[in-house]
This record gives sequence, C-alpha cells and structure tokens, in this order.
Amino acid sequence: MKLKTLLLSALTASALFAAGPVKLLNVSYDPTRELYQDINAAFAKQWKAKTGADVQISQSHGGSGKQARSVIDGLQADVVTLALAYDIDVLAEKAKLVPQNWQSRLPNNSTPYTSTIVFLVRKGNPKHIKDWEDLVKPGIGVITPNPKTSGGARWSYLAAWGYALKKNNGDESKAQDFVKRVYKNVPVLDSGARGSTTTFVQRGIGDVLLSWENEAYLALNQLGKDKFEIVTPSISVLAEPPVSIVDKVAAKHGTTEVATAYLKFLYSEEGQEIGAKNYYRPQSPQALAKYASQFPKITLFTIDDTFGGWQKTQKKHFEDGGVFDKIYTPGI
Amino acid sequence: MPPTLEAEIAKPNLKPSSFKRQSILPGFWPSFSYTVLYLSLIVLIPLSAVFLKSATSGWAHFLQSIRSPNVMAAYRISFGASFIAGLISVIIGFLIAWVLVRYHFPGKALADALVDLPFALPTAVAGIALTSLYTENGWLGRFLVPLGIKVAFTPLGIIVALTFIGLPFVVRSVQPVLEDADLELEEAASSLGATRWQIFSRVIFPMVRPALLTGFALAFARALGEYGSVIFIAGNLPMKTEIVPLLIVTKLEQYDYSGATAIAVVMLVTSFILLLFINVLQRRSRRFTEPA
Amino acid sequence: MTKPHLKDPPLVRWTLIGLALAALGLFIVLPLAAVFVQAFERGWQVYRDNILQPETVSAIELSLLTVAITVPLNTLFGLAAAWAITKFQFTGKNVLTTLIDIPFGVSPVISGLVFVLVFGAQGWFGPWLMEHDIPIIFAVPGIILATTFVTFPFVARELIALMESQGTDEEEAAMVLGANSWQMFFRVTLPNIKWGLLYGVVLCTARALGEFGAVSVVSGHIRGQTNTLPLHVEILYNEYNYAGAFAVASLLSVLAVITLALKKFLEWKTGQEQA
Repeated sequence: MKLKTLLLSALTASALFAAGPVKLLNVSYDPTRELYQDINAAFAKQWKAKTGADVQISQSHGGSGKQARSVIDGLQADVVTLALAYDIDVLAEKAKLVPQNWQSRLPNNSTPYTSTIVFLVRKGNPKHIKDWEDLVKPGIGVITPNPKTSGGARWSYLAAWGYALKKNNGDESKAQDFVKRVYKNVPVLDSGARGSTTTFVQRGIGDVLLSWENEAYLALNQLGKDKFEIVTPSISVLAEPPVSIVDKVAAKHGTTEVATAYLKFLYSEEGQEIGAKNYYRPQSPQALAKYASQFPKITLFTIDDTFGGWQKTQKKHFEDGGVFDKIYTPGI
Repeated sequence: MPPTLEAEIAKPNLKPSSFKRQSILPGFWPSFSYTVLYLSLIVLIPLSAVFLKSATSGWAHFLQSIRSPNVMAAYRISFGASFIAGLISVIIGFLIAWVLVRYHFPGKALADALVDLPFALPTAVAGIALTSLYTENGWLGRFLVPLGIKVAFTPLGIIVALTFIGLPFVVRSVQPVLEDADLELEEAASSLGATRWQIFSRVIFPMVRPALLTGFALAFARALGEYGSVIFIAGNLPMKTEIVPLLIVTKLEQYDYSGATAIAVVMLVTSFILLLFINVLQRRSRRFTEPA
Repeated sequence: MTKPHLKDPPLVRWTLIGLALAALGLFIVLPLAAVFVQAFERGWQVYRDNILQPETVSAIELSLLTVAITVPLNTLFGLAAAWAITKFQFTGKNVLTTLIDIPFGVSPVISGLVFVLVFGAQGWFGPWLMEHDIPIIFAVPGIILATTFVTFPFVARELIALMESQGTDEEEAAMVLGANSWQMFFRVTLPNIKWGLLYGVVLCTARALGEFGAVSVVSGHIRGQTNTLPLHVEILYNEYNYAGAFAVASLLSVLAVITLALKKFLEWKTGQEQA
C-alpha cells in the first residue's frame, strides 16, 4: 500500500511539474454560464500576464442546491459560486470542505454581485401581470424552478413570501396561504433557473417567469425583445449569491493560489464591470454608478432582516417535510 | 494420441444428472466462468442494488412512492404512449416491410438501409431533431400548429418520438418472415380460387402475426425506457407529459434515492416480464423457421 | 419470379409503395435532414468553429475513449459467452442467454441509476471511494461503466445467433485431426464468425457513442471534462446555441450513417458466406 501511494504521489508531483495549464473547476448555479464565459476569459488573460502561466477553468452549471449536493458527493470543485449562502454552509457542515467561517473571508459576505427576482412576461403583457398579487389570479401559469434543487427558486419563493408578509403585517399564516396559491398556478418545476427559462421561452408554457434579474435580461437580449418584456414588481428580495474556494479540494489539487486570485478577480474593477455587463448588480460603487441606469429601482428586503437568516429559513421551508412540501402538489 | 471422435462418443456419461454434456471441445470452464463473472460484475450485481435499496427502504415507503399522483400519472403516460406508439409502429412497420420485400422500386436498397437509422442514431440527436421539426416554426409545425395540431410539448409529441424509435424493431421482425414466406402456399390458395385480399388475410397475415407481435413487444419495451429522444419534445409537465424515466432523473436530482429506486423497480419488473415474453416468442418462431 | 396471378395490381402496389416511402420520409428522413440543415444554417465558418471548440474536442475525445475501452471489453465477453453457450450443452443455458439480454430491456436512466447506487457517495462503495479519493461517479470511470452496461449484449447476441446456427462440427473435426485449442479457435472458428463479429462490434460502437440517458445520470456534466458528445449536444441546445447543438449532432449523424453503411456491407458479406 505504501509503495503504491509513494508511486502515485511521485507521478502526480511529476505531472504537476511537467504541467500543462493549471486547471480549475468552478461549480456554479444555473444562469451564470455567460457570466463565467466572460470572466474566465478575462481572468485567464490577466493571470497569464501576471504570472506567465496558463489557467484553464472548467464550468459546471445546475440548480444551486443540486450542485452543492454534487460537491458533497465528490464533484471536484476548486471553487463554488452558488446562489445562496446556505448551499455553501452545507459544504462546511456535511463534508468539511470549507471552514465554518468561509463567508467572512471575502468582502461583502463573499458576495461579489447581488441580484433580485423579477417577472418576465410575454410581449404586451396580455395577462396584465404587474405585481405579486397578479400571480395568484386563476388561470395564470407561473413558471419557477424547483426549490429543492434551484437557488433561484428559493429566492423567488421567499420574495413572494416576503411580499405577503409585508402586505399582511407579518402574518405568517396569510403569507403561507398566498405562496400556496402562487404554486397552485405552477404547472412544472424545472431543476434549475435555466431550465425554467427554457420552459417559458422555448416551450411557450406559462404566462410569467419568476426569474433572476440577469436571466430575464439575457432572455430578452438573446431571444427577442419583440417577444418578451420585463415587469418589475413593487418589492423583491435582495439575492446575494456568494462564492468560496473549496479549501480541501484546492489544497489537494494545489490550486489554492490560483483559486483565491480567481475569486478576488470577481471583486476587481474589471470583474465588476463584466458582472454589470451581464446584468448582475455590482458591489463596487464605481461600477454601480456607471451601470445604474440599466437596473430598475426596486425596494429590496434581505433574508436576514425578514427571515432571520438562511439556516432558519432553509430548515423551516425547504427541507423534507418543510413548508414547501406541505403546500405544493405536482401538476395542476 | 489425439482423441478420436468415436472414442469420445463411446465414453459412457457416468454422471446421470451432470451439469454439462461431455464434449471434446476445449475451453468450456474458462469461457463459462469468465462469462458468469463478467455478467455478474457488470449487470447482475449493480442491478441488484436497485432491489436492495428498495427493500431496505421498506414496503410502506415503496407503496407510498409509487402511489403518489404524479408517479401514477407518469406510469399512465409512459405505458399509454408506448402502447399507442407500438401500435402505430406495427401498422407503418408492416407496410414498410411488405413494400421492401414484395415490390421493386428505385431506391429500394437505400430505403432498406434507412430503416435502421433510429436504431443507429444517438437518442439525443433524434430528440432535438424531432423537436425542431414540430415546434411552431419547425418544418412540419408551421403547417400543423395553425391547424390546431400541436405536436411539440404534448403527449402527441411523445407518441411521435416513440414511434420513430420503434419502427426498426417491427420492420426487422417482419422482414425475415415475409422473405421466407413460402410462395407455394399462396399459389395453392390462388389455384383454389382465393382473391388477392383473401390470400393476404387468410394465408399471409396469420404467418406474419407472430412476428408482428414480437416487433410490437420489442418496440413497446424500448419505448417504455426511452429517455433521450423524448425529453426534448415532451415538455415534461408533471401529470401531463412527464415520462417515467424523467421522473426517475428528477428524483435523483433531488437526492430522493429511495423514491427513484421505487419507481425503477416497477419499470425493471415490467421490463423483465416483457423480455421473457419476447424471448419465448422468438424461440417459438425460430422453431418453425429452422430447417427440419 | 412471382407469377402474374400472385402479383398485386399496379395501383395497389404503387399506392402502398408511396405510402411506405411517405412514412419513411416523414419519420426517418426528415429528422436526419433537419439536423444537417440546421447545423449549416449559419454557414460553413460557424459550423467549423462550433466543431473545433475546445469543449467539443474534449467531448469527442471522451466519447472515443469510452468506445476504446467499452467495445473491446464487451467483445471479449461476447466471444467467451458465445463460445460457452453455443458449443456446449449445459443446464441453465437458456437462463444464461436471457440474462445476457437484460441490459437491452433496461431503461438507460436506470442503467445509470444502478451505478450511482453502487459507487455514488451514498452508495455501497461510496464512503470507501471518497476516503481513497477514487472518483467514479461524476467522473470518467462512471461513464465507462454505464456505457459498458448499456452496450453489454450487442456482440454476444450477434455471435450467439451466428455460432448457434454454425454448430460444432467443424471445431470437433479440427480437434479430432489434432489441432490444439488456439489453432482450432483462430483457424476454424474465427474465420467463420468474422463478419458476424464485426457486425456486433459495429453495433456496439454505435450504441456506445450515442448513449445519452445512462451517461447523463452518472456524469458530472463538467464541460470539457465529463461530457460525451451526446451530452454536449444537450448542453449546447439548452444554452440556446442551436447552431452549435446541431453541428455536434451532425457529427453524430454522420457516424450513424456510416454505421448503417457498414451494417449493410456486413450483412451482404454474411449473406455471401452462407450462400
């Protein structure tokens, strides 16, 4: 056994030295494909200029919850860029892949961009969907992904819940009733935000898509300004998708340095600009000022303020047997 | 001295209920053991994992997983669409086989080769190709949708996709039977005064019927488990167009392993029964076509 | 030659031919055409770019790697199984033959599921594999295992049917005449089955290249690493990159057409031999 390990390490070491490019795996949530295409190209250029070394970043995309489970199950992610903090918390809890204090290691609670949930509707808004209240009208088809697998789905669910809470003076049971009625209008749950977009846009199912803000703009730009329009609800949730290096995996791969630089790049002015161009709300004041006009003004509430943080929220609403399981039956 | 055949045959088979008959050919035990080993490692043991997983989750949980409304709906959709697609495959497949065997026309060899395309084409390719044909702007969709016939993202789309993949099974089951058909029977019937239609329905069709049944069973079995060709065109709405394989994948994505295996067990049992049925059918038909 | 009174009247004949060809056209030709037309919609340059994308090239490499491992393994098995089953009589022969057919009847998704259950993190060997850092699921070995399962019976079935009909006479004669086992195999058996063997290998390869459902379940969907060609098609399609998806699909379609041509050729060859 010892000899085998020795040989294996010798081989790995020599392989690393004989090196080709450094390889990173970024396990991300669903709608970020275009963002990281741009980011990865820019970072590779910068890294090459700075260190002369080549870096190759591979991407994996899927519903945030699903991706987190995959990483726990052994998907070799060097960094994770997921939709919500809880999905990285479980990496610490369940598999000790990151330390408990991961979120404090990078600025803004490890959140380089923020986003929110908006509505995407058919051009002309034939069903007159203006706000959350319109989602529960009979006969409206609401498209949103599965909260059990998707991060965006959980943000949407909580945005609806938050709206109802505010409307009903914090009455939880009324909020539950409202969200239940919203989900009554949901014909299908895709596993990720991109899947829902496909269902709404390509398959022509539903009247309104509860979408990540960036995803809505992407759909609009790529698939037809003449086919869809964005409706901004009166109030929505401040979505804070965080990032982290996966310490255990990066240490094993020897990519800690590159991975850290990669994540820091997201906070650099160049990284922030790329984010803004892809319709993510940047944290940097400069970029925010420059791109302010492309982001509609919405009143945003946070998970911490309204719900007491993700740990509580996930356990109450999204675990097996939680509120979501109680209010949703598949199919209409 | 090399063994003589007579000497070998003359050897008494001392063990009355022996496992294997004596033979002078070498290599039985190595090939047999390797076969059983490989079969067990790759197929049998992994498959048993499904049944074990379900068994350990308990009977009550199993029933609960199976009985939930969207699972039952998925079974209905999968079985129903596969059945209808199988029937359509039988009709069209028989027609194609008939035309290929009985008639001559330009391009016949090409047509014959093309029949196998659904068999050779990757399912994902078939899936996106079929979908692109029947969406609103597709080559066929642009005519059908204005007529109110929606194929893409409806149960009809599922049936179309399943018919596509079932066709070769029917054609290739029926062709050999038609090719081997003894023309003397038809001659005899004709000389006894039968009309062409009577010859078809009373002589030819009964001969072909077992092959049609085999072809249907093969197409049906394949359609039940089909994934790639269907998920693009189906729409995947629970209760309406969600097929069982997709449901299994969804449950896996939610890490509901016991739910996924429960659904899989039902599918596996059905597949095994179908497989046995098909094997029996094929063995029976071979008995009739083998030389005396 | 069919006697005149046995022939169907021309009207019937040509109507049926027309209907059959229409059905073939609708169900089979049209989808194939759709792939190629949409692949080239944006022109040759875009097509070429899509094919030469690094991620596509990686997908091609992974697909080829899978075939390079799966097909020889299953071919070896096919030869061994066919030899044991067709040249000997033993109890349980039919049971063994039926067992070999099992992967044919199993849904590809379930074929992937079984390996997740055995090698996945929550599976039988999961914890042990994690400890020893051997990735199977979400990595290439898982893809190879799933593909091996799915393409398991192809060569075996082909050889069993063929060798069953050929009987044992020639081999027995060779043994009696003093050949040793390997001489008998290579000089007598192999030449007799070579076209059938090739046929099975072609079918096995085609299926291995095109497998989607099973691989989708076990793959990590890591672009450029654990995506085979069919999975890559799905990824491109879901990104609204239709030209890209159909470009890759066209590659697979060309392979399918080549498979068909090879099939026809080998069928003709076997027919010749038997004549």
